[in-house]
Amino acid sequence: MLAALTDRTWLWLAAGFYLAGFGLGTFMLVKRGRPASGATYILIALGYALQLAGLSARGRIVGGCPLGNQFEIYQFTAWSAITLYLVVGVTFRKSLLGYFTSSLAATLTLASLAIPHWDGGQRARIFGNNPWIELHAALAVFSYGVFALLALTSVMFILRIHSLKSKQLGGWFSFLPSIRDLDHIGVRLLGAGATVLAVSLAVGSVYWLKDLSSVNVTKLLVTVAIWLAYVVTFGLRLRGRLLSSRFAWTCLALFAAALLSLGPVDRSRHTAVPKEEKRTP
Amino acid sequence: MSGSGLFVIGATHHRAPLAVREKLSLSAEGAAALKAEFAAISGLREFAVLNTCNRVEFYGVADNAEAAALVSAAFCARQRFDAAEFAKIRLDLRNRDVVRHLLEVSSGLDSQMLGETEIFGQVKEAYAAAQAHGSTGPVLNRVFQKGFQAAKHVRTNTAITEGQVSVANVAVELAQTIFGGLSDTRILLLGAGEIGEKTAKAFQSRGAAALTVASRRFERAMELATALGASAMPFEQREARLAEYDIVVCATSAPEIVVSISATLAAMQQRPARPLFFIDQALPRDVDPAVASIENVFLYNLDDLAKIAEENRVAREAEINKCRVIVTEKAEALWRQVAAQVEGSAAPARPQQKPA
Repeated sequence: MLAALTDRTWLWLAAGFYLAGFGLGTFMLVKRGRPASGATYILIALGYALQLAGLSARGRIVGGCPLGNQFEIYQFTAWSAITLYLVVGVTFRKSLLGYFTSSLAATLTLASLAIPHWDGGQRARIFGNNPWIELHAALAVFSYGVFALLALTSVMFILRIHSLKSKQLGGWFSFLPSIRDLDHIGVRLLGAGATVLAVSLAVGSVYWLKDLSSVNVTKLLVTVAIWLAYVVTFGLRLRGRLLSSRFAWTCLALFAAALLSLGPVDRSRHTAVPKEEKRTP
Repeated sequence: MSGSGLFVIGATHHRAPLAVREKLSLSAEGAAALKAEFAAISGLREFAVLNTCNRVEFYGVADNAEAAALVSAAFCARQRFDAAEFAKIRLDLRNRDVVRHLLEVSSGLDSQMLGETEIFGQVKEAYAAAQAHGSTGPVLNRVFQKGFQAAKHVRTNTAITEGQVSVANVAVELAQTIFGGLSDTRILLLGAGEIGEKTAKAFQSRGAAALTVASRRFERAMELATALGASAMPFEQREARLAEYDIVVCATSAPEIVVSISATLAAMQQRPARPLFFIDQALPRDVDPAVASIENVFLYNLDDLAKIAEENRVAREAEINKCRVIVTEKAEALWRQVAAQVEGSAAPARPQQKPA
């Protein structure tokens, strides 16, 4: 019976669990003034397993990593963010990180499922038979997952600063991690994300250098620009030039820009299909 | 009211004012001697002594009505306290009320500072001491052990222990929301008075290790630093060395500002990535209020701290009814488990029937 489920059904179920995590967290915060940390973690973990099943099913259908359209990229980004959350979330078990993560995952997955044209029409096969390009794409989207979690911790940082400056510390503000913890994890996530994206670009560049005509210029420019922006932000943070709230707002703005760039990049891919894809029947 | 069965006798902050509690407070030697006297009371099968600054309570299981009265009399005699006066302020409960009382005490519901958690450890220590003394038995073992579980349940499932209710602890909690752990934070205490000392001790109790004291009277700073295991610094250096510290507790009686915005700006230029937290407990204020506008600088004065403490206290009180419902349910269930043993112990020994 489970084998009969389609990839999208698995992904709808996963989105349902993420939404349930968000709904339960909201209910607990409103009714009891505290997050449902343990239950949220379990719901996210179940959603993660279902999403993995859905992405695997999609991967089998397309014969590779499912990163061929905007729907798949949003799904993979959410999945990457959850992967990291399941690792670092244990440290922040009693904080609101799970609540924020479930809300982000629900938003990304439900939005991608609810907008039909993101997954409709002709799907670009971006990898051909080249596993290196597949690795490049997977790493790039994984880095977006890292940046998604960075955006979440940045939101939490901004809320924590606001609560301390405005002296409103009660209610659910009390479940935010400390400023120093959030700052530390933010710097680490930024460093990790920028490194993963750098490796992705390096892997991709080997392929592009062999065949410059296959390069999607829009995609390349956008990705390099985003990577550079994150690297510059990282450098400024390490040099003490971009700190506290300004650092957090910058990380948020960069992630918004990265997400918004996915649409134009996806559209440009359909108009400039690499040579290998043209060969694909 | 029957004097046999499960009982608790004692005095607490509810009816005994501080002056009386001082007279009733047991020293370690006094408690040991009293336990020896209790052990000799006929019919007193089990007992435990809970002795804190807000309460002295004797829990016991007796076979007869006289045992509880003898416990009370022995205590009054040892403390040289008039028995008639003691009767006026005495806590005296029996059976299911004892179970309920112990659960309320363990979960902080009966504490002067509602929801405080220190009492839980004190009750556990009292029970451990009674166990070591060999004065507990099946009834008290069950009542205390199940009582601890119930108290944990109350603390976990309600907000009764959330939010600090003393100004010093509120300051420490605020510091934790900024720095997380306090073990690697550097703290500067400006002023060597009682308020500053209390706050410094609260920080030390939560793991803060690097503490420096500066006072306008250097010898007083040295004296307090020695008492706290801290270092002392000349008061005049406070602004020049501000960048070395993460938390500055201000509690001087200086009539003017002792930490200026210019000094704070200069300090933050040296340490822009590390937050700086000012706790201004002085009246008039020690820290220029304008420092609050600097990025990564947080300033809380006495009013701010008192307001948070009051909000926390109100929030805890709002949880009381929820706690009492849980305690009542748990106490009733626990009483059903031990009632037979307690009542069995209280029943007079039956004469053996001769075989027909």
